[in-house]
Amino acid sequence: MESEVNSIDAQSRPAPEAEPDISAIVLEQADRLFHEHVTPAVQADADRSVWPTDLWRAVEEAGLTLALVPEHAGGFGLPPDDALRVIRRSAWAAAPIPLAETMVAAGLWSLTGGDVPEGSLTLGPVNQADAITAERRAGGWRLDGRVRRIPWGSAAGNVLLHAVSTDGEPLVALVPSDTLDWASRRNLADEPRDRLSLSGLDVRWDAVHPAPAACRDGFLPLGALIRSQQMVGALERALDHALLHAGERRQFGRSLSKFQAVQHMLAEAAGHFAAATAAADLAAAEWSAAGGLEAGAEAVAELAFPIAVAKARTGEAAGIVAAIVHQVHGAMGFTQEHPLHYSTRRLWSWRDEFGGESHWQAEIGRLVCSRGGAALWERLAT
Amino acid sequence: MQGFRFNPTALPPEAEAARTRVRRFLAGELEAGTYAPHRSSWTTFDAGFSRRAGAAGLIGMTLPTRYGGQEQSDLARFVVTAELLAAGAPCFAHWVADRQSAPQILRHGSERARREILPPIARGECFFGIGMSEPDAGSDLAAVRTRAVRTDGGWLVTGSKIWTSNAHRVHYLIALVRTGDAGENRHGGLTQVIVDLSKPGVTVRPILNMAGHHEFNEVFFSDYLVPDDMVLGAEGQGWEIVTSELAFERSGPDRFLSDYPLLVELIDRVGPTPDARQAVEIGRLIAHLAPLMRMSRSVAGLLHQGQSPEVEAALVKDVGTAFEREVPEVARRLVPVEAEMDSGDDDAADRFADALAHTVLDAPAYTLRGGTREVMRGVIARGLGLR
Repeated sequence: MESEVNSIDAQSRPAPEAEPDISAIVLEQADRLFHEHVTPAVQADADRSVWPTDLWRAVEEAGLTLALVPEHAGGFGLPPDDALRVIRRSAWAAAPIPLAETMVAAGLWSLTGGDVPEGSLTLGPVNQADAITAERRAGGWRLDGRVRRIPWGSAAGNVLLHAVSTDGEPLVALVPSDTLDWASRRNLADEPRDRLSLSGLDVRWDAVHPAPAACRDGFLPLGALIRSQQMVGALERALDHALLHAGERRQFGRSLSKFQAVQHMLAEAAGHFAAATAAADLAAAEWSAAGGLEAGAEAVAELAFPIAVAKARTGEAAGIVAAIVHQVHGAMGFTQEHPLHYSTRRLWSWRDEFGGESHWQAEIGRLVCSRGGAALWERLAT
Repeated sequence: MQGFRFNPTALPPEAEAARTRVRRFLAGELEAGTYAPHRSSWTTFDAGFSRRAGAAGLIGMTLPTRYGGQEQSDLARFVVTAELLAAGAPCFAHWVADRQSAPQILRHGSERARREILPPIARGECFFGIGMSEPDAGSDLAAVRTRAVRTDGGWLVTGSKIWTSNAHRVHYLIALVRTGDAGENRHGGLTQVIVDLSKPGVTVRPILNMAGHHEFNEVFFSDYLVPDDMVLGAEGQGWEIVTSELAFERSGPDRFLSDYPLLVELIDRVGPTPDARQAVEIGRLIAHLAPLMRMSRSVAGLLHQGQSPEVEAALVKDVGTAFEREVPEVARRLVPVEAEMDSGDDDAADRFADALAHTVLDAPAYTLRGGTREVMRGVIARGLGLR
């Protein structure tokens, strides 16, 4: 693992001139924690489905899982954009845990008045094609549906499910995952993405609440928001690896970094990284200004644009930067031994999750076209 | 690795006030029909437009009031330039003076230069060109050979500049000239001077561009006299000064909004119900454009703090001009019309074709002017610690 000096810090940390506040302390703490606990052994084990017990315990003890739960509800109550910065740092470290999913699910469940259980959380459905229906029964609800690729799935303690009642009311239900029927699946980074089959699952009435505005229509936008932040972290790490390698590896009597072709490839990658970061920053800032998970229905509708921009731009950068950093690393980066793949396999997975580029680009395109050319400027200018 | 400085930058209230002003001005211009947005851009030269923009307080806004400015922040100027670009306004007459010459003269000019030149710039009456490139010094700016030799009370300049936009219709150039030996790092012995194009010793010869327009020129100096008080900074400080000037030149929204009017025409031509491919391609362009706005605004914030964000400016230009180059390519894929020159008609179909024609012929310059893509990547690579 390279030293702190070698990382592209400026985007994912507060500006140096910002006063040392609680947020800066939290980020530093998070960095130290990931540095200590995300070891090569932990990463290799996670690829074989071994849950990183110590890492998760450290993350929970630091309060990071409750970052988006308000203090009055027993949480950490970080400003929403700071919570997203923690998510970026965890992705920089390629920490093999559902921290982002837990933060969001805990925040949403707490927002509905529910008590947040200990342990990791996840959420689903995570794509547009899947849906869960809820039918009112005596004492509770009966859930039906098949949901693919739930992040961490059976490995998470509880899963927050989005369902629509037979009356069309959007609901969320928190269900212990060990009561559910899972089929094991993995994404390209060997992160669990399990398939869930619900056939007439009865849940008690107090485990089902009306869905908050932030996820009325499902988890796609929130998922896209967190994946875009994660991609910024992973892009940064991938570039850090490539810069280090280009400086150390010598061929034809000089380091790779002295070849103009290599310099231009990395400069191009840096441009995509900078633009992707700006896009993710845009979404983080607007989401935070709108109150984060507490955003009302109107604000949630407005957030569709910056979140779509963030996911589309980070996803596009992910493919381009991953290709460049692998080219720079040569055969070494293609091995299991070199840690580059912990970042690039995540990039290749995350860009497709919660809607790939074309999904979000089409959202932007339809929105912009429906309003006409003259209306576009107002959205961009302010 | 050295991080980039693209920090979040909020717009001050004065910037929003400036937005209101520029929009009111532009609405008046459009109503009067002074220009056609689908046929113009910031590289359309219209001295009358610039005079009116100056009268409306839209030029030299960041200058101190004693030099005719309004002491506004670079973020207010960022808002004004972005609004002008989005409206396809014909800004070329005042663009260079407003963007880089006036800030350079304010920072490094003599009191006489400031008093004589800055107020007319702010009024939209005094225009500038850039005297950097030479026949044998294009991307390799350190190879400048135009020579200035000491004379009584100033310098005598001999040599030539090339690709000098608007030299035939502006009042001044800021020229980079050789006043001494380059030294080992090749950056020594250069000095920036203000050239008054109305004075003897300088001749301008046109070079037509491939669209047949006369925009750039070759400029010849023969014992042209630069008085001492028209030198910028100290003798030999030229490289350092020109580097900071390039941060102003490369980081603005003119590096990604040059063909914005074509994007607007494309959206209107596709209409409110795009098919899947149209929605994806248009959405992709906008997902590129929105973060560029944020990056450029961040650099305006750094400039306002008096920093010289050379690397961030190069990033904005490299990423921004790559976007600009794509707009016409996407437009012609989505709406298969054959672009044509100045059809003269005004219906919607021809507006798109006109905008496309102008943009296709303009686009190669995007990744050349102000420093080529390859030069930008070199600057970025240095920022990454690779050189």
